[in-house]
Amino acid sequence: MNWLSWLFSGFLATLALSTLLSASQGLGFTRMNLPYLIGTIVTPNREKARFYGFFIHMLNGWAFSILYVLIFQSWHFINWWSGVLLGLAHALFVLTVGMSLMPGLHPRMASEQHGPNASRQLEPPGFMALNYGFQTPLSVFLAHGVFGAIIGIFYHLK
Amino acid sequence: MGFGRKACILANVPPKSASTYIRVKRSREEDTISGAANSKSPSTISPAGGIHFPDIQFPEIQDYAVIGDCRAAALVSRYGAVEWLCWPRFEKPSIFAAILDRKLGGHWTISPSSYQHTERSYIPSTNVLQTRFIGPEGAVLLTDLMPMASAAFSKSRVLPDHEIIRRVECTEGQAEVKFDFSPRANYGRNAVVIGNKGHLGLRMECSHGVYWLRSPVPLAISDGSAQASFTMRKGESLNFSLSYSEEAPAVLPVLNDAVVERIQETVTWWQKWAELAEYKGEFRDQVIRSALTLKLMNHLPSGAIIAAPTTSLPEKIGAELNWDYRYCWLRDASLTTHALLELGYWREAGDFLDWMLHATRLTQPKLRIVYSVFGEMAPKEELLEELTGYKNSRPVRVGNAARNQLQLDVYGEVIDAAAQYAFHGGTLDREMQKALRGFANYVVKHWEQPDAGIWEPRSGRQNHTHSRLLCWVALDRMIALCEKGSLKKAPLDTYKKQAELIRNQIRERAWNSELQSYVSVLGGNTVDASLLLISWYGFEKADSPRMQGTYKMLRERLGKNGQLINRSEDSSGEGAFAICSFWEAEFLSLGGGTLEDAKQLLRQLLKFSNDLGLYSEEIDPKTGAALGNFPQAFTHIGLIGAALSIAQREEGEQQLAHRPEQATQQGATQEVSA
Repeated sequence: MNWLSWLFSGFLATLALSTLLSASQGLGFTRMNLPYLIGTIVTPNREKARFYGFFIHMLNGWAFSILYVLIFQSWHFINWWSGVLLGLAHALFVLTVGMSLMPGLHPRMASEQHGPNASRQLEPPGFMALNYGFQTPLSVFLAHGVFGAIIGIFYHLK
Repeated sequence: MGFGRKACILANVPPKSASTYIRVKRSREEDTISGAANSKSPSTISPAGGIHFPDIQFPEIQDYAVIGDCRAAALVSRYGAVEWLCWPRFEKPSIFAAILDRKLGGHWTISPSSYQHTERSYIPSTNVLQTRFIGPEGAVLLTDLMPMASAAFSKSRVLPDHEIIRRVECTEGQAEVKFDFSPRANYGRNAVVIGNKGHLGLRMECSHGVYWLRSPVPLAISDGSAQASFTMRKGESLNFSLSYSEEAPAVLPVLNDAVVERIQETVTWWQKWAELAEYKGEFRDQVIRSALTLKLMNHLPSGAIIAAPTTSLPEKIGAELNWDYRYCWLRDASLTTHALLELGYWREAGDFLDWMLHATRLTQPKLRIVYSVFGEMAPKEELLEELTGYKNSRPVRVGNAARNQLQLDVYGEVIDAAAQYAFHGGTLDREMQKALRGFANYVVKHWEQPDAGIWEPRSGRQNHTHSRLLCWVALDRMIALCEKGSLKKAPLDTYKKQAELIRNQIRERAWNSELQSYVSVLGGNTVDASLLLISWYGFEKADSPRMQGTYKMLRERLGKNGQLINRSEDSSGEGAFAICSFWEAEFLSLGGGTLEDAKQLLRQLLKFSNDLGLYSEEIDPKTGAALGNFPQAFTHIGLIGAALSIAQREEGEQQLAHRPEQATQQGATQEVSA
């Protein structure tokens, strides 16, 4: 594995993913604020949550890009569209499995079965994160597609 | 005759009309939701419940109360209906607008199905509203608020971005309570689909945001409304919450004891803020209420202060004098800054000044007269033809066409606000000094132009005396700031020369020797109430023969009855412009009359507030009813100014504290950055 290339491409891809999701929120395609969603795992403070969430998401994305790199290494080929395919598959997993697990994993998220309580008051994402806006899945697919494409372009196989 | 303040209004069961409520949307099947009931839950609950709001005629404007959280505000009627709410900011489209259209507007009503009378009050020194419904079998207390929280409180818990909490308590006997939640988006033009999300609550997605209604009782959903009917017995209570978020995940508040804790936090927040007011005089209660109302219209994230939280409440019932006031007028600057500084609210005064300098940055040295809370140009005026308007007063307008008017007085008002800040000990940084020099230089070049004037008529430009006065104020304050050392690199000689020219022009051409009065426009023969400000701004003393003559003429031509005055001679048909009467009281306290004259007038004017101490823009001189947008910041600023001037005269303090030689020099280390 080309570690230096992974560090660079993984960082670049995560930065693009975060930027696209943030832009999607700003443009009104989704209400989902991923840094806030992740940050509230560690703090209820809104401002701190955004700050912590951004860094956790950056580290998470960076680490996750190892999987992409390992898959490309095992395939012995890499290009932008294979990256896009991996990204879309990743997005599908996040939207279906990841989001449905979220109320159980997130210490401050309410569940549809029990409703909010004193410690769990955040709105759950629902199927495909549709509770956060009906275009949320599109934003997530797009961002992850770009994430995969960037790794596909900038990672050099060893 | 005034609309007197009464603690209790008898026999005010909602008036009925023959009109029938027409649903905007009839598509969803009836559905119910059940949430976790409170520990003191109602005795019986029925998720059906009939509609009883829509047939209610428009309440009087003074029958509304305002609640808010310094970002948005809601109007709640005496009958328990939230009839006006715009989220996330004052000027955004409404989700409830029954105040402008009974059928289309949307509302959220909680009230007993029958009661004989209501009593209203704010919890002392707060904007937390309590309405008591007293009926034959029992009494119900409804508490309405938009929660506030200290930084320490909000750091330790997740809280909704925007929320209204409504708490219902049965305090005597028993009562059947009706609940009717009928949201209509975008000023009633769009239907709202209410989704039942089970234990999470009811969910409504509109435009960029999502609303969540949390209820402890089952609600029947049909035709875009959620309703219930339940019987409560003494000691039982229920909490309801409506929240809004443009960011996900939204926060879904719990309805248990945490609500009581948040109400208490809100009460504490407002009371701590009110305690800061330094005024201790005879009119303290009314001054505190006015300050609280002003604070409610102070947009916390930006520091801006809007003129009023409503649009198109008519200045004349059935006429077209309906305007959107949910923006910030620079004209209010100096009077607002004066009121805030004299009350000791340095932070708000500084933030407001800061906002003015930031908001105007893109157009400097030119100033527009009205901006949005974030300094954008106020939206273009649009007519909402679908709405009937308040009591059929069409059209309903959103946006404001005055945004394009030339009003030269705003330069004087902005410079005077900065000068007051400096004279009280604040520091003007380099950027702010540069901006002020730009404004003053603009005045030097343009003061001779005709403009639209303070009353913003849409009939063309004239040489208004008030505008000339404020041009003189702009240069006079710049000279004072230079001489005090608060302002550097200014062309002092030019300012002095031009100020003298303006002064001479006002004294010669704005004075009508035949009338023995200053007049509204140069060379004219009509008067308007803004002439009272000649003394307020220190141009001429209130006890001078010229001002005494002017006051006599104003009373003669503009007096509506013993207490009220019109704003101008061409404003017949409108109500009396409330701030003008407060200017009169202030004029008397500044030396235009005796101290007792001023106090007596102010006492009379206080009778024109509603039972909660709130004022609209205008007052109907015949009935004392409120007219125009409600509540109106400018009127409350006038009340504070009059009370402060009276207190200063009582204490033998120098008047015109905004002038350097009489400055009180408070907060010497305060700084404002531009």
